[in-house]
Amino acid sequence: MNALVDTLAEQVTHACESGGMLRIVGGDSKAFYGGAPVGDTLSLADHRGVVSYEPTELVVTVRSGTPLAELQAALAGEGQMLAFEPPAFGASATIGGTIACGLSGPARPYRGAARDFVLGVNCVNGKGQYLRFGGQVIKNVAGYDLSRVMTGALGTLGIITEISLKVLPLPEVEQTLCFECTQSEALSRLGEWALQPWPFSGTAFFDGVLRLRLSGSGAGVAAAATALGGEPCRVGTDFWHDLREHRLQFFASDLPLWRLSLPPQAPPVALAEQQLLEWGGGQRWLASETQPQQIFAAAAAVGGHATRFRGGDRTNSFQPLDAVGQRLHAGLKVAFDPAGVLNRDRLYPEA
Amino acid sequence: MKRENPDSFLHELRQILPAKAVLTAEEELRPYECDGLCGYRELPRVVVLPDQVTQVQAILALCQRHRVPVVARGAGTGLSGGATPHSQGLLLSMTRFNRILAVDPVSCTARVQPGVRNLAVSEAVAAYGLYYAPDPSSEIACTIGGNVAENAGGVHCLKYGLTVHNVLAAEVLLMSGESIRVGSEGFDAPGYDLLAAITGSEGMLGVVTEVTLRLLPQPETAKALLAAFDTIEAAADAVAQVIAAGIIPAGLEMMDNPAIRAAEDFAQAGYPREAAAILLCEVDGTVAEVEQQVEAVSAVLRERGANEVRVARDEAERLRFWSGRKNAFPAVGRISPDYYCIDGTIPRKQIGKVLKGVASLSEQYGLRVANVFHAGDGNLHPLILYDAGNPGEFERTEQLGGEILALCVEVGGTITGEHGVGLEKIGQMCVQFNEDELAQFHAFKSVFDPAGLLNPGKAVPTPARCAEFKAMHGQGGAAVFSDASVSGSIAEP
Repeated sequence: MNALVDTLAEQVTHACESGGMLRIVGGDSKAFYGGAPVGDTLSLADHRGVVSYEPTELVVTVRSGTPLAELQAALAGEGQMLAFEPPAFGASATIGGTIACGLSGPARPYRGAARDFVLGVNCVNGKGQYLRFGGQVIKNVAGYDLSRVMTGALGTLGIITEISLKVLPLPEVEQTLCFECTQSEALSRLGEWALQPWPFSGTAFFDGVLRLRLSGSGAGVAAAATALGGEPCRVGTDFWHDLREHRLQFFASDLPLWRLSLPPQAPPVALAEQQLLEWGGGQRWLASETQPQQIFAAAAAVGGHATRFRGGDRTNSFQPLDAVGQRLHAGLKVAFDPAGVLNRDRLYPEA
Repeated sequence: MKRENPDSFLHELRQILPAKAVLTAEEELRPYECDGLCGYRELPRVVVLPDQVTQVQAILALCQRHRVPVVARGAGTGLSGGATPHSQGLLLSMTRFNRILAVDPVSCTARVQPGVRNLAVSEAVAAYGLYYAPDPSSEIACTIGGNVAENAGGVHCLKYGLTVHNVLAAEVLLMSGESIRVGSEGFDAPGYDLLAAITGSEGMLGVVTEVTLRLLPQPETAKALLAAFDTIEAAADAVAQVIAAGIIPAGLEMMDNPAIRAAEDFAQAGYPREAAAILLCEVDGTVAEVEQQVEAVSAVLRERGANEVRVARDEAERLRFWSGRKNAFPAVGRISPDYYCIDGTIPRKQIGKVLKGVASLSEQYGLRVANVFHAGDGNLHPLILYDAGNPGEFERTEQLGGEILALCVEVGGTITGEHGVGLEKIGQMCVQFNEDELAQFHAFKSVFDPAGLLNPGKAVPTPARCAEFKAMHGQGGAAVFSDASVSGSIAEP
């Protein structure tokens, strides 16, 4: 551990002194995400392994270079899971990259996002200092919640070396129901369901079919399925996996892929004819060559924001911030990485 | 603090607010001298009671210009001195912002002002079959603004999360008077997670003026179980086994014998007075799920040595089970002139070791301790019984509390699970975090509040404060000098 920290600190210090830049890499599975990576590769791939895992504490501590699949297998071995169902986008994906990107899968509205399960991170900041924030316990309010601030910060604030996460039991059973309907019918049905205490764990609408996943105890899922009606789908777990990993035919387009994050009940956004709705309507995917500014404006108009997810112009990946937001973001970057050596421009273009 | 003529400051303040919203007479200031941690008292220079966001904006900008420290306060139920006034500062009471602005039963959200009481939200949305999940013990009085500032928890947070998991967005005023919106009505927001940054920041970064809360559908049903054990270890083991069985209860609480007796005498909850420990376990969900879980939990508890497992027969009995736990603090207040609540979190497997350590410290200090424990998430609340009337007893109580927290850190835990650092645990922050980490916290704060005027002296200690703490606690004399030498804040030799 100390050897790794020393090496990382040395690389960071060297970059600071030589005016260099570092590109933090785990499995390089999400290199497509955010602004284009620049700088010398700083690999964490060899820094792997579970540090501690006590299933009955619901907490796992893991080195950042640990392959996501390896961690998930270790958890599944104890009947547990990363409840935010992170997409991997490649077999090489690591837990460090997963947390740095802060992405969550189909269960997000029902179980929480990546940031909701992060309990603590150890990291090296842009000054080469080794810092530990949060901890290995579920409730902890000592100090600012910098582990959550690091989650989804795309490595711009620090090199994550170790992460503690809350884990949850795997559901006993899962069942998917299908409903044929239009997009507006889907949205209104999703609105009704949001008020009902059924054990939902995923919703998706495209191609005129609304799919609903139920997860939980056998009795609870069966009772919900009876009450909700719909056709039992044959899709099984592969569908939700393929949806999460963008392996459905819908994602095969050559056009830039955009993600809209909206209030779930936002009206249909007329940017592209084909849209895939998830998260009860709160996450919508579309492939479009529309100018980024136009897409950002359309998302903002209904109270949300847009992300250029894949393809297209990488300098315009995330929804522009207002002047105060820009100042705070620039200030935070300086507070953690004054020389601007870590994952430069990956989140927003830096001065 | 460099300040201009205080008269001109007050004069300008009275331009912003009506005369009756500016309190300066001692008898008017007195009610604000402390929060729920009454061992710390301080009179502010002035208390203001705005009821418009534009007033708060103008007050902050004015204080920024005059370099006057600002302490924001909700209901003042906090237990860490986070709302203790600053002797040279302004106390910003947000209690007049007490309106629920909108409830949207379709998107399951409520937009509320920060002075709205926690329980008032659930009451207002009950008609829609919804509720707001975080339920700190002070839910009747504490405000949403304070909940956000402290990232408040409660007995249901193992399953439903803390405030940070149940807030979607907030409007926040920076010390400059500028307004920012953090979070969104969707599931995330662009850029850094400033909503997480603000939540639990103890009023150090900004003043929350509006909060959008996530509401949940009320579960179809909830059932509570009460189990009695002959040893604390057996109870702790039973908790681990419930989790191992793949069940996440809505609440899972433990009380030790002194806490059981106090609560039983106070609330007649039907607790077995002779038990070494009891567990209260609540499961909720659909009727089918709950039936299945009650059976599974009962089996685990019996298997793990519970000599009695009772399932509440009806809603009245369920509420009675909880009444003892929810009233544990006032119950202990009745058997002792004063009590002091500690808030450490530990990995649950360490509970036996920590409670043994607490017992021996209790003996060593000659102060009784009762323990209540959010067992599901490892959040321990030892209540130290003391008498403030005995000279020096509060100081000894604080020392005992400090030692308990050091023990929590030692076993891999934290000095505060849900009450915050405030003034109370500022010394213990130097145990949990090193110099670089504390410096990173300060740099972080400076981005939001460069002049350091929001709640100064709370939450994150200066290097000088740590040097003092370590010197007092005899942790490395040399550190005193090395810390002090890098601190710009020790100007006078």
